Amino acid sequence: MKYWATKKWSLTVIIYSFFTIFPIYWLFVLGLQPNFLNSTGLSLWPSTVSFQNFSVSFLNDEWVQGYLNATAYVFLNVILTLVVAVPAAFAFSRYKFLGNRNLFFWLLVCRMIPPAVVMVPMVQIAAIFNLVDTYLAVAIAHCLFNVPIAIWILEGFISSIPKETDEMARVDGYSTFGFWRTILVPQILPGLGVTAFFCFMFSWVELTLANALTTVDAKPIGVILKMVASPLGGVHIGIAAATSILTLIPGIVVAWLARNHIARGFSMGQVK
Amino acid sequence: MINRAWIFLTPAIIVMSLCALLPLIIIINYSVQDSFAGDHFYWVGLRWFEEISRSPEFWEAVLRTLIFSVIVIPLQFIIGIFVARKLFMKHQNPSFFIVLFSVPMLTPWLVVGFVWRLMMDPIYGPLSNAIQQAGITPDLNEVGWAWLTIIIMDIWHWTGLIIVLTFAGYLSISKSHFQAARIDGASPWSTFRYVEIPKLRKVLIIALLLRFMDCFMIYIEPFMITRGGPNVATSFLSLELIQTASIQFDLGKAGAISVFYLLVMITICWFLFRAMDLNSQPARSKT
Repeated sequence: MKYWATKKWSLTVIIYSFFTIFPIYWLFVLGLQPNFLNSTGLSLWPSTVSFQNFSVSFLNDEWVQGYLNATAYVFLNVILTLVVAVPAAFAFSRYKFLGNRNLFFWLLVCRMIPPAVVMVPMVQIAAIFNLVDTYLAVAIAHCLFNVPIAIWILEGFISSIPKETDEMARVDGYSTFGFWRTILVPQILPGLGVTAFFCFMFSWVELTLANALTTVDAKPIGVILKMVASPLGGVHIGIAAATSILTLIPGIVVAWLARNHIARGFSMGQVK
Repeated sequence: MINRAWIFLTPAIIVMSLCALLPLIIIINYSVQDSFAGDHFYWVGLRWFEEISRSPEFWEAVLRTLIFSVIVIPLQFIIGIFVARKLFMKHQNPSFFIVLFSVPMLTPWLVVGFVWRLMMDPIYGPLSNAIQQAGITPDLNEVGWAWLTIIIMDIWHWTGLIIVLTFAGYLSISKSHFQAARIDGASPWSTFRYVEIPKLRKVLIIALLLRFMDCFMIYIEPFMITRGGPNVATSFLSLELIQTASIQFDLGKAGAISVFYLLVMITICWFLFRAMDLNSQPARSKT
């Protein structure tokens, strides 16, 4: 992969990595120090290391419940998105139908509807179906941006399987269901993984809708964080920092698992 | 016979009608009505649109959003392409860096705002302290510093996307192009300009599309840093919208802003989508 390589690594990449990691490192340092507000001045190294702030989160039922709530609707959303998006992506990849390219574009339009725009009507719709403050409401709301992305990514993956595979399976006497189960799904497994990663990521970081659609029982952790770290209110910075660090962990774990396919997913399956 | 594609599309269509189409219909419905005491609606036609078209606050929010996009997107592209190129040219095992550069994107948005507000804290913020070394005291209550913080924050948050995308684009360029360029004695700059950029065109347009969409939606991160202030200096379009809809509870006006918002985005994205040239891909075969 090296073309004009003169040294082993690039200074630019290292400097940019430092820029990326520094705020997170510093947040971690803040989280390690109890009663941070008492100290004065800048400290880039924890003077006293204690996991007290982290344990505050873990020992508080409300925080733990917030975590579980966020995890619950994120998983529900990922499953819902995949179930809906795989057949649709197959249709876009394999069939020519009235307005197929236009529909593909309008999906992208759904991806760019700002959460702020649909917030009020979504709460009203959820109220009609009696879904306010449930995981299902948030999971369905997050389909707004996840289903279009999932269809785009999966369409790329399915299109890279030659069409002849379908025909051969038909000749070999596979039923539609048998073809899906034994041939198509195993072939796009990496694609399913990447899609799941992206749905996870967007659902995990989005809190405007999650906040609007929940009141007590289904509140995600981030919303609770917002209460603690509100822009002007009294803030315990140590605890807020520790909780922020904790909200990063699931994303990093999933990113590491999907690391070899992330790039293709970010290009929405359009780079082969 | 009915096209089987529609059977495959049905579940997606049902879900999207519920979470996209239905809310949009409700919004359009609001945008032409006025509400009275919460549950009495009457038809006002395009009056809300006239009102927002005359409202200086609205146009200033639009302008701020545009200026923000125009400042931030080129910076992200320059840094992003530069880093991705170095990563591709020099590093043997880039997976680690790809994950590292994705971390800001995996951070919940309000945590992003929270971190950068703390970074600029006058007493213990590292960024603020670094600037104070130069003898200036940054103050988030001044327009310039508030904007600078939000711009740096957005570069931190989203440049990773450009890096990861451009890197994916580089991986798909055949090695023989680079060899040919080297044999012809092309300088690194002309290789970049005439070999890499044309090959990266599609991926860069996707990046532009995604960045543009998210720049226009930016809301929580600046809100966490400045609450839209000082005064209204950092209140972008989304914030204006949320305040109209949920604080003033002015649904008709919020609906009209939403419709305007969507029309602008659809227009710009349509041109970008056409530029991606998806229509003329011969490889995309259909039954």
